[in-house]
Amino acid sequence: MTANHFLSLSIWLPILAGVLVLATGSEKNACRTRWLALIGAVLGFAVTVPLYLGFVNDTAAMQFVEMAPWIPAFSINYHLGIDGISLWFVLLNSFMTVLVVIAGWVVIEKRLAQYMAAFLIMSGLINGVFAALDAILFYVFFEAMLIPMFLIIGIWGGPRRVYAAIKFFLYTLLGSLLMLAAFIYLYFEAGGSFEIIKFQILPLPLGVQILLFIAFFMSFAVKVPMWPVHTWLPDAHVEAPTGGSVVLAAIMLKVGAYGFLRFSLPITPDASHALSGYVIALSLIAVVYIGLVALVQNDMKKLVAYSSIAHMGFVTLGIFMFNAMGTEGALLQMISHGFVSGAMFLCIGVLYDRMHSRQISDYGGVVNTMPVFSAFFMLFAMANAGLPGTSGFIGEFIVTLSAIQVNFWYAALAATTLIFGAAYTLWMYKRVVFGETANAHVAELKDVSGRETLFLAILAILVLAMGLYPKPFTDTMHASVQQLIEQTSVSKF
Amino acid sequence: MSMFSLYLLVPLAPLAGALLAGLFGKALGRTGSHVVTILGVAISFVASVVIAQDVFAGHLFNGTVYTWMTTEDISLVVGFLIDPLTVTMMLIVTFVSLMVHIYTVGYMHEDPGYQRFFSYISLFTFSMLMLVMSNNFLQLFFGWEAVGLVSYLLIGFWYTRPTAIYANLKAFLVNRVGDLGFLLGIGLILAHFGSLDYATVFARAPLLAQDSIALLSDSPVSLLTVVCILLFIGAMGKSAQMPLHVWLPDSMEGPTPISALIHAATMVTAGIFMVSRMSPLFELSETARTVVLVVGASTALFMAFLGIIQNHIKRVVAYSTLSQLGYMTVALGASAYPVAIFHLGTHAFFKALLFLGAGSVIHAMHHEQDMRNMGGLRKYMPITYVTAVIGSLALAGIPPFAGFFSKDAIIEAVQGSTIQGAGYATFAVLVGVFVTAFYSFRMLFMTFHGKPRMDHHTREHLHESPWVITVPLILLAIPSAVTGYLYIEPMVMGQYFGNAITVLPGNGGLHAMREEWHGVGEFIMHGMMALPFWLALAGIATAAALYLKWTHVPAAIQARFGGLYTLLDHKYYFDRFNEVFFAHGALKVGSAFWHKGDVSVIDGAVNGSAHLVERFSGRLRRIQTGYIYHYAFIMIFGVFILMSLWFVKA
Repeated sequence: MTANHFLSLSIWLPILAGVLVLATGSEKNACRTRWLALIGAVLGFAVTVPLYLGFVNDTAAMQFVEMAPWIPAFSINYHLGIDGISLWFVLLNSFMTVLVVIAGWVVIEKRLAQYMAAFLIMSGLINGVFAALDAILFYVFFEAMLIPMFLIIGIWGGPRRVYAAIKFFLYTLLGSLLMLAAFIYLYFEAGGSFEIIKFQILPLPLGVQILLFIAFFMSFAVKVPMWPVHTWLPDAHVEAPTGGSVVLAAIMLKVGAYGFLRFSLPITPDASHALSGYVIALSLIAVVYIGLVALVQNDMKKLVAYSSIAHMGFVTLGIFMFNAMGTEGALLQMISHGFVSGAMFLCIGVLYDRMHSRQISDYGGVVNTMPVFSAFFMLFAMANAGLPGTSGFIGEFIVTLSAIQVNFWYAALAATTLIFGAAYTLWMYKRVVFGETANAHVAELKDVSGRETLFLAILAILVLAMGLYPKPFTDTMHASVQQLIEQTSVSKF
Repeated sequence: MSMFSLYLLVPLAPLAGALLAGLFGKALGRTGSHVVTILGVAISFVASVVIAQDVFAGHLFNGTVYTWMTTEDISLVVGFLIDPLTVTMMLIVTFVSLMVHIYTVGYMHEDPGYQRFFSYISLFTFSMLMLVMSNNFLQLFFGWEAVGLVSYLLIGFWYTRPTAIYANLKAFLVNRVGDLGFLLGIGLILAHFGSLDYATVFARAPLLAQDSIALLSDSPVSLLTVVCILLFIGAMGKSAQMPLHVWLPDSMEGPTPISALIHAATMVTAGIFMVSRMSPLFELSETARTVVLVVGASTALFMAFLGIIQNHIKRVVAYSTLSQLGYMTVALGASAYPVAIFHLGTHAFFKALLFLGAGSVIHAMHHEQDMRNMGGLRKYMPITYVTAVIGSLALAGIPPFAGFFSKDAIIEAVQGSTIQGAGYATFAVLVGVFVTAFYSFRMLFMTFHGKPRMDHHTREHLHESPWVITVPLILLAIPSAVTGYLYIEPMVMGQYFGNAITVLPGNGGLHAMREEWHGVGEFIMHGMMALPFWLALAGIATAAALYLKWTHVPAAIQARFGGLYTLLDHKYYFDRFNEVFFAHGALKVGSAFWHKGDVSVIDGAVNGSAHLVERFSGRLRRIQTGYIYHYAFIMIFGVFILMSLWFVKA
């Protein structure tokens, strides 16, 4: 592997840009602040592009590895690297940050510099989560990324933002403390090392594995979020500003599932198998129960938040099928969900910026005044409903195909999303977009601006491109997923 | 140009038209939009004709266009299978689509969504072509869902109408119920056959004929039966078989051209096509075929009854479509797949003709659809009238029109079949013949004959439709008249389909029919002496008696049999049941999960534990009073306790 620092750049460049924005920005020079933030975000994305271009598909080994001692006393290292599992999350995260900056361009009037800085810094921290190969480094990024999000919800959020922010923070913090305990245990077991790769090859008795699995599970299930520890998500989404919702749905939720793939499965394979029944049950509950709950929501953001939980149910289901197809399906579902849920929240943001309401009943007949917007929204709604040809289809399809190999009824329950997903998404679409112009406010709506068209069009192209040709995505995954499946299938005691 | 690029051209030309009209409709203008889309479909049609000649010269094709993705050594691809079954569908789809495109120029010329409409119907044509040209289950599912999407968009084309946007949501959701079964069927195929490629799956099918799977504990069922029934559930959604038929009548909310193209001639026949394509699988499961047969027969009969009492012209045609789809399904159940495709073809022509004829009437009547306000139109609209007569004769199954051949072939096939349920199916299709002839001619008489019942203003403006409407009618009337006569011998009796369709020896009545075949002339002679023909004539005669001569009788019958009428008027209460049980039920359950589950229990626990901590810390806080003597007291107390412990231990 050639020595380069693209991963470090992808972490620290946005953080530096964020600090710079914070330091120089003030209410007076909003324009400069915006452009500075955009340049930071675009550069942040640009440095991740070589990660894809230089990625070697046919190896499961970590790539773009960087290694330096950090706290030698405890042999904690600044150890970075990515494989086919983490590659896309780094790209997705850096990419979505660009869109979020564009989406917040003129909408954010209060504390603009702090807002932009929070997203840039968060972007770097999240890249750190996906790139860290040292458990403590991972833990630091994992906790640190919560702080900007906590501030984003707490400062730029809606009326109940404080409740939502604290709920979000406590929920996610509670779980991660157990994870830290697990790391410390593993540190001693591994003979004084926090290397994740060393953790993965440790032999562990089943009892210990189960305790470790539960510790990890508490931490990651909250992040995904899985039923029944999901109730922070709808509140967080409803109160968060649009950009916050986008990052939360598109990136942060993926951290939990990534944790399963990086920690739970390879470190505690026997416990994963032993407890998989519970995880599968929770995943299927997420699909069916949450699907029905989404149906009765009156708030658009809450509806999409619940639909996110249902979609993430497919992710955990796919992961715990323990076959390559399921895992790849889960990864595809996560990438697609990044695009689609991001797009859905951006669409709702476009409406909210004009009407200052997220209540479905305040809308009706939006198509009459915003035809271009309605066309984009239709595409994303269909993607959310898993229509073939859009990215939303692939993950659900592949996970269902993998589930049916394990048990017909897993697949049958999961596939009910075909009906529920279409029902809650298209029913919302019908009530918001179709029909006669509902009221004077809707009659005055202006169609999407050039800036809005830009980010919606970019996402639309991605949703279609991935839906029509997902092969480039899966090609990068095969080797790493295959190795993961082999690791998971070998008993450790 | 190589054949392969020609194959590609067939779906891509309409796609290009759709994209141009959809994205640049404003720049192209109305004329520009209809020119590019019509051109796209016309190219597609011509290419299909060329390909058809090539196929019947013996050049088949089965190959990959591109690899969609790979996972676990399985390649999911987009590819084409070009064989006689495919080209037959390609010809039907592109021809009817072309007619509908031209017709739309006249029918929609005042509509503000003109470009959007052309974009949608071209997109539909693309999707449908991808569906029929597929060589694998993945692409089949793609096309399957894509046509569903366009159907959704087109039913809700007039998006401000509450009924239209209700109907399109309903159509999409009911179809999704079918798709659920379809997807699971595809999933089982991949899991057990290890491939989604048609050729591979069909080749392995006989080896897996004896396999079974345990769906519910310790009761293994035949794998292929489960697979076929699941696939058929998909077909039931798309081809509107009971009880998933409920969306089709409501889909009439869409503009009439799409009722003709999508909800009569092509998309709704996707299920019929799919089962025929899967004949190597269905042939191996008698249980599945019985299910197919019974569902088809029930649809054919019960939906025909509903056609009798409809007053809206398009609804009559819609129920007749349901019933005719039932006939095709019966043919599938009787292993007479070529007959099903034959009827699919003739039906596509005469049903598109009837729908477009109905549209011509509606257009002339200023969007009036109620036949009770029509009457006597034949004087004003001679071309529409004559073509409607041809369509109705074809639908009723009167020789020598196309429907006669295809419907008689179905009846013979099911009569000759020994599969369980064949007796019921025979009864259903025979009664259906009478009912079909009755409602077809009831419609014809109510619309075109008798005294004009429209208001004075409408009557003054009555006129024949422009040529863009009448030319497609004429061009559809010709195949409605002659295709039966021309194609029954090669398609049903001969080896037209080659290896595209599999019928195992001993299954169904097709083999017997082929043995008894003595040419088309004898078939007509034989048909005219058989029961179905006389049933059809009786149906027409009854319609004439009730709607031309004794016009007061229908009302009397309706009053006399009030209970029966109510049952039919409520469409056997399917809609009511779905609304109350499924729609409201889902909302109630969802609401309960939300309020009871999420808010009360889970958030109750979360907030409760937060409050508990708060209260606990509130108590704890009181210890920190800030008074030195309190702290000193507690310290001394602590020392005392520790010392006592130390003493006890010592």
